[in-house]
Amino acid sequence: MKVLVPVKRVIDYNVKVRVKADGSGVDLANVKMSMNPFDEIAVEEAIRLKEAGKADEIVVVSIGVKQSQETLRTALAMGADRAILVTAADDVHTDIEPLAVAKTLAKIVEEEAPGLVICGKQAIDNDMNATGQMLSALLGWGQATFASELEIDGDAAKVTREVDGGLQTISVKLPAVITADLRLNEPRYASLPNIMKAKKKPLDEKTAADYGVDTAPRLTIVKTGEPAAREAGIKVGSVDELVAKLKEAGAV
Amino acid sequence: MAVLLIAEVAGGALAVDATAKALTAAKAMGDVTILVAGEGVADAGAAAATLDGAAKVLVADDAAYGHDLAENLADLVLSMAGDYSHIVAPSTATAKNAMPRIAALLDVMILSDVSGVVDADTFERPIYAGNAIQTVKSGDATKVITIRTSTFDAAGQGGSAAVESISGAGDKGLSSWVEDKLAESDRPELTSAGIVVSGGRGVGSEENFAMIEKLADKLNAAVGASRAAVDSGFAPNDWQVGQTGKVVAPELYVAVGISGAIQHLAGMKDSKVIVAINKDEEAPIFQVADFGLVADLFEAVPELTEKL
Ligand SMILES: Cc1cc2nc3c(=O)[nH]c(=O)nc-3n(C[C@H](O)[C@H](O)[C@H](O)COP(=O)(O)OP(=O)(O)OC[C@H]3O[C@@H](n4cnc5c(N)ncnc54)[C@H](O)[C@@H]3O)c2cc1C
Ligand SMILES: Cc1cc2nc3c(=O)[nH]c(=O)nc-3n(C[C@H](O)[C@H](O)[C@H](O)COP(=O)(O)OP(=O)(O)OC[C@H]3O[C@@H](n4cnc5c(N)ncnc54)[C@H](O)[C@@H]3O)c2cc1C
Repeated sequence: MKVLVPVKRVIDYNVKVRVKADGSGVDLANVKMSMNPFDEIAVEEAIRLKEAGKADEIVVVSIGVKQSQETLRTALAMGADRAILVTAADDVHTDIEPLAVAKTLAKIVEEEAPGLVICGKQAIDNDMNATGQMLSALLGWGQATFASELEIDGDAAKVTREVDGGLQTISVKLPAVITADLRLNEPRYASLPNIMKAKKKPLDEKTAADYGVDTAPRLTIVKTGEPAAREAGIKVGSVDELVAKLKEAGAV
Repeated sequence: MAVLLIAEVAGGALAVDATAKALTAAKAMGDVTILVAGEGVADAGAAAATLDGAAKVLVADDAAYGHDLAENLADLVLSMAGDYSHIVAPSTATAKNAMPRIAALLDVMILSDVSGVVDADTFERPIYAGNAIQTVKSGDATKVITIRTSTFDAAGQGGSAAVESISGAGDKGLSSWVEDKLAESDRPELTSAGIVVSGGRGVGSEENFAMIEKLADKLNAAVGASRAAVDSGFAPNDWQVGQTGKVVAPELYVAVGISGAIQHLAGMKDSKVIVAINKDEEAPIFQVADFGLVADLFEAVPELTEKL
């Protein structure tokens, strides 16, 4: 079985973003970018399936700016076999939407015919939590989102999902789209020899136009602003003072 | 404008708080019809009809909708979507699972986690872990929206909307339910509790977490946790507060042994009063805390529990 893993290049999770003063967006020039953490988990899961003999090839895909190549190389260094880069914008600030990403991925799925797609549950920049579900809808496949356990069982996947009240286990027919939650696994680091080897692994370069997908945004960004700031608080010296302050504030 | 609000149903019962908060947001967009889909949901439908501001309640009672399977629910909603300009749901795990699927089937974008309604086409939503708020205008024919409930007040009760039964295509057979492992608890639910007490890695172990729970019980509070505490096995996954967990905005939030990473702050910084207990006076959690106590939690928490 072939496994396809879409990976996104996002602002590193340790970086605190700055909103541009003119309200046009956030400043992404010269900030550290990394693979979306949930996508590292998705890549790791695919590698584990391969190691367990349940998958035979792992293809990673990224849609975005040319620099997303670095993200794909990271995935190849972790253990993916082959990569597809779809260049769709020149400027890191051009943000196109999950619907367009999902449509492009759907075309790639038609060509590659994977038995399973593993996405991250959400990208930590736009926090849409949408692409995997949209892809699954466009393909007419089943979906299992927010996965914390995955077991391939013949022509179905048994997936435990993190839901509001705890955990839910479902069985989904393959091919299907699965989205990875935080506790699915702990992704490995790429070793230096594997980083060197990854440079020689195949990476296909495409453009959004090759897939004929209309990527015009459906949402217009009116403005991007700072969230309301909290007023500075105080330090209390003891538990007694804390209790007094809480009573004063009517909080207990 | 006609709005379809998909009610949150948990264990066959109406999740009143989440649904009533999303209703407040939905009312700002137009006339609201509530859809209650599930198995054995007649009572949930009746409960939805009492929410203030619902024009009508549609009940789809079918085993196919019993376990929140996205494929079946999406098809049901798709079959009725033509009648509505807006399809809205609270940002619960169920809606996060199904709503993007509905949007893609309608060939429209999703508006996830909307925190403000400017007008029927224009919405505010947090991005980058809440470090920026984006105002977006949708040009799509149907707006598919999930609502960040922590920023809306719950609609009241006292309504008496008409209830109608509907049926959909039923089971698509793409996925099937196997089992649920849901926590049973007498504590208030995390996203609707008035007070939340959360523990982080500093708490140290699952056994020590009992101390956090004791303080919570004293305050009749829900218990939350940081990702580090959940990953370390101190607390179950459904307690995680943050960018990728639950978003809460209680009257009082007590953070114990939590450093205050941006991903955690994203889930709690709209709380009315924030208390932080941490032994490191430089911990970033103190930057958002109204009352900060620099102390060893193993001394401070039992003392606080006793003195409250
Ligand atoms: C034509 C075009 C141009 C783009 N230009 C840019 C750009 O300049 N800068 C930029 O940062 N982004 C760009 N993107 C990416 C796009 O903006 C975002 O990926 C999209 O908004 C997804 O939203 P989200 O991150 O909230 O997704 P979510 O739905 O939260 O993401 C969930 C998961 O979907 C998968 N996924 C999401 N996006 C991608 C992707 N792009 N490639 C592979 N897998 C993905 C990942 O597995 C991810 O974990 C472009 C996309 C297209 C189609
Ligand atoms: C993709 C992604 C998503 C994430 N999503 C979330 C999320 O939704 N929610 C979330 O919480 N995190 C999330 N995180 C993780 C986040 O970045 C932090 O790692 C996490 O919040 C840290 O948890 P913590 O504060 O409990 O642990 P730490 O940062 O280790 O802090 C522990 C604190 O306890 C204090 N302490 C230790 N001992 C004592 C004592 N005896 N008395 C008093 N204080 C003590 C220490 O001073 C320290 O400040 C995410 C990370 C990533 C990459």
